[in-house]
Amino acid sequence: MKNVLTVATNTFREAVRDRVLYNLVFFALLMMGAAILVGQISIGIESSVIVSLGLTAISVIGIFIAIFIGVGLVSKEMDKRTLYALLAKPVQRWEFLLGKFFGLVMTLTVNTAAMAVGLFVALWTVKHSLTGSDVYILVAVYLIVLKLALLVGLALLFSCFTTPFLAILFSAGIYVAGVFAQNLRTMQAVDINPATLRMLKGVSYVLPNFENFNVMGTVAHGGVVPGALVWHATLYGVIYSAVVLAGAAAIFSRRNLK
Amino acid sequence: MSTPAIETENLSKEYPFGFLNLKTKKSLENLTMRVETGEVFGFLGPNGAGKSTTIKLLMRLIFPTSGTARIQGKSIDDVRMHQNIGYLPEQPYFYDYLTATEVLDYFARFHNLSAGDRRERVAKMLQKVGLETAKKIQLRKYSKGMLQRVGLAQAILHDPEVVVLDEPMSGLDPLGRREVRDIILELKHAGKTVLFSTHILTDAEMLCDRVGVIVGGKLRGVGTPGEMVGIQTQGMEILFELHGELQKAPLLARAARTGERYRVQIPESELYGAIDELKAAGARILSVSQVKPNLEEFFMNLVEADRAQANAIDVSGK
Amino acid sequence: MRKDWRAGLGVAAIVVLGLTAVWRLQERIDAERHEIYEERDEMQLRSPRLVKALSLEYAPLMGAIYWTRAVQYYGEKHHVGDMKLELLWPLLDVATTLDPKLIVAYRFGSTFLSDAPPRGAGRPDLGVKLLERGLKSNPDEWHLYQDLGNVYYFDAKNYPKAAAAFEEGSKNPNALIWMKVMAAKIAAEGETPETSYTLWMQVLQTATDPAIKKNAESHLRLLKTDLDCRELDRLADEYEKKLGKRPTKMSDLVQAGFLRGVPADAEGYPYVFGEDGKAELNLNSPMLEEKLMEKK
Repeated sequence: MKNVLTVATNTFREAVRDRVLYNLVFFALLMMGAAILVGQISIGIESSVIVSLGLTAISVIGIFIAIFIGVGLVSKEMDKRTLYALLAKPVQRWEFLLGKFFGLVMTLTVNTAAMAVGLFVALWTVKHSLTGSDVYILVAVYLIVLKLALLVGLALLFSCFTTPFLAILFSAGIYVAGVFAQNLRTMQAVDINPATLRMLKGVSYVLPNFENFNVMGTVAHGGVVPGALVWHATLYGVIYSAVVLAGAAAIFSRRNLK
Repeated sequence: MSTPAIETENLSKEYPFGFLNLKTKKSLENLTMRVETGEVFGFLGPNGAGKSTTIKLLMRLIFPTSGTARIQGKSIDDVRMHQNIGYLPEQPYFYDYLTATEVLDYFARFHNLSAGDRRERVAKMLQKVGLETAKKIQLRKYSKGMLQRVGLAQAILHDPEVVVLDEPMSGLDPLGRREVRDIILELKHAGKTVLFSTHILTDAEMLCDRVGVIVGGKLRGVGTPGEMVGIQTQGMEILFELHGELQKAPLLARAARTGERYRVQIPESELYGAIDELKAAGARILSVSQVKPNLEEFFMNLVEADRAQANAIDVSGK
Repeated sequence: MRKDWRAGLGVAAIVVLGLTAVWRLQERIDAERHEIYEERDEMQLRSPRLVKALSLEYAPLMGAIYWTRAVQYYGEKHHVGDMKLELLWPLLDVATTLDPKLIVAYRFGSTFLSDAPPRGAGRPDLGVKLLERGLKSNPDEWHLYQDLGNVYYFDAKNYPKAAAAFEEGSKNPNALIWMKVMAAKIAAEGETPETSYTLWMQVLQTATDPAIKKNAESHLRLLKTDLDCRELDRLADEYEKKLGKRPTKMSDLVQAGFLRGVPADAEGYPYVFGEDGKAELNLNSPMLEEKLMEKK
């Protein structure tokens, strides 16, 4: 486990020095701009627009980082051969993989937390007060982090057995599929035969349902997110990530490095 | 017979290639060899012969198609034995954004060293490989030679019993190469086992207790450098200097000339006769040395033979 | 190598157990999410003109996306039996503003906006509004007149306007003959089961969207029971004329040779005669409930 921590801290350090976190500047500017713009629109919905916009931006930026950097975690080390010296040390391949995973998740958490602060600042600027229900915004942010962690796991998985370009494509693809997965369960079944329908439903369960982590609609209107949902979504994210990482570790353990 | 430091048994590696990966290429075929504890063993071969493949197989970066290998008696499957092994990869590249100190510290953390011990060793290593002054600069600013030195440092930092170096001299200037040679000799005197691959034959001759020659994925021979080429000398070579007029002497006709310096080869039996001749001619003798067939010729012959065989196979289609 | 298969087994176990757990969790999460289901975030932008402006040159694409969301929205609500359908009109409003040529959106929208709950939103006025917009941009699309006529006839119960709509649509040279026939019939008789049946049949045959077809089928099933009962009543009258008394059971008609077998409704439950001597649905039939829902 110590090895996992070592790799994780190093990955975090790499992200910081690689200026990944500069996206925060862009985000801060976006929030400020939005806060100013929104002041011109009719009263009553500014806070909901800020929250929606902010959460959307946090989510989108996070997704880009998760996919692009997630895929690079392993591919870059393989390309540049930094991996050679590392794997010659007494460290297991799965320890390396987990370390990379946690390192990026740490980075994303810090990044997202900083953006959340920016969001609250913008909200304060517009509302001049914060109510109790605003705490659910934090819940929404937490769920976004869970979503990003799962996405990182998937990016890692794909990068273990295909080229970086394809890994990015697959990760983005599965993200989109995962967002619409729940629609597969509720779609109007008219022309489809029951066997196909059942299969599609099965697929919809196996796909990572990213919508589970989306409470933007509720939170933007000051609604309440039930604790049970948060708990189940957390379990979902953790278990699914574990499944994905187990698969990645299995594949990576037998991979011949060029 | 003590446990060899490294031993392999019929180690083989095949790669699929070509259209739909249907064909396989054998990059290593049935390698069986031993490296004894405390010896410096050189792996010789042209590029693509299989030296790096063997080393990567030993370090478990790639997996063998068949065959086994053991280091210090333990199967290579056990990653924990890497505690006692140091490895320098070919053309090492490390994390751009870290400094030398940070890289060494990072790699050192995977070994069970206390924080203080780690710090001490990192400092010692940096000095040993001559990177003391550059230790706070980020690696992306390093030259290839400097990176090679960082690589060497991380390989021996934890004082391993077995050191495996893949082309350790590549990219180094003569001074750098001399330093690496010194380090290898130091390791040998400390009783460590060193396996290194190279295609620079003079280095192998100078450093190795034994060499193994790999050509075309097959081990062609193992032995001391002397054994490999036979002990017979081919004669003596005299290097001399002569000003002014060439005086008639059968010797001089055979000499190769560069300005006022001449080099001539003669059978050992004729040595003293030749020296008298030169003395009479007023030449100044600079050196007298043995001419041995060297590894290079042996090597070249092997490569040529291998290539001829490969061509023959291609042509006959078998 | 020994370690390998043990590790492999471990990974397989994690994957299988993990996916099973995930499956179970998903069902719970689906339920919880439905409870807190609120407006979707894309409806932050309700103003169709604003959305159109923001779409730049991609307005038709955005229109298609909003249309897709409308279908999904309806599908989800229908699936869980929740017919509030507040967002249906706004979604269709934006979709058709972005792409006025989205014929299917007009047809779908008019059906499900106007139809009474539980099938639709029960807002025939919005259905009319949508169709009028559709006709403005697509005056040659005579199907829209058909839909307009249907809305007035079935949901708004405004027969003069319904007749007018069919009349107008029949003027299109591509329109089918029955449009003119319907116009006249409705103007003369108002609502009759035969007319209703014909209209829904036409919808079933001309619509391409599966949801619309399904809806038409459902209406037709119910109408058929009305028509069947009327036919059975007619047979009962003949029986009475012939034998002097009213039949009390369907089997009486069979024995007397008026029917070959006992007729059943679409769900397979045989019709019965009620206390008043009129044919009606079997008490056990689920179609009874459907019929009562419709009457509401």
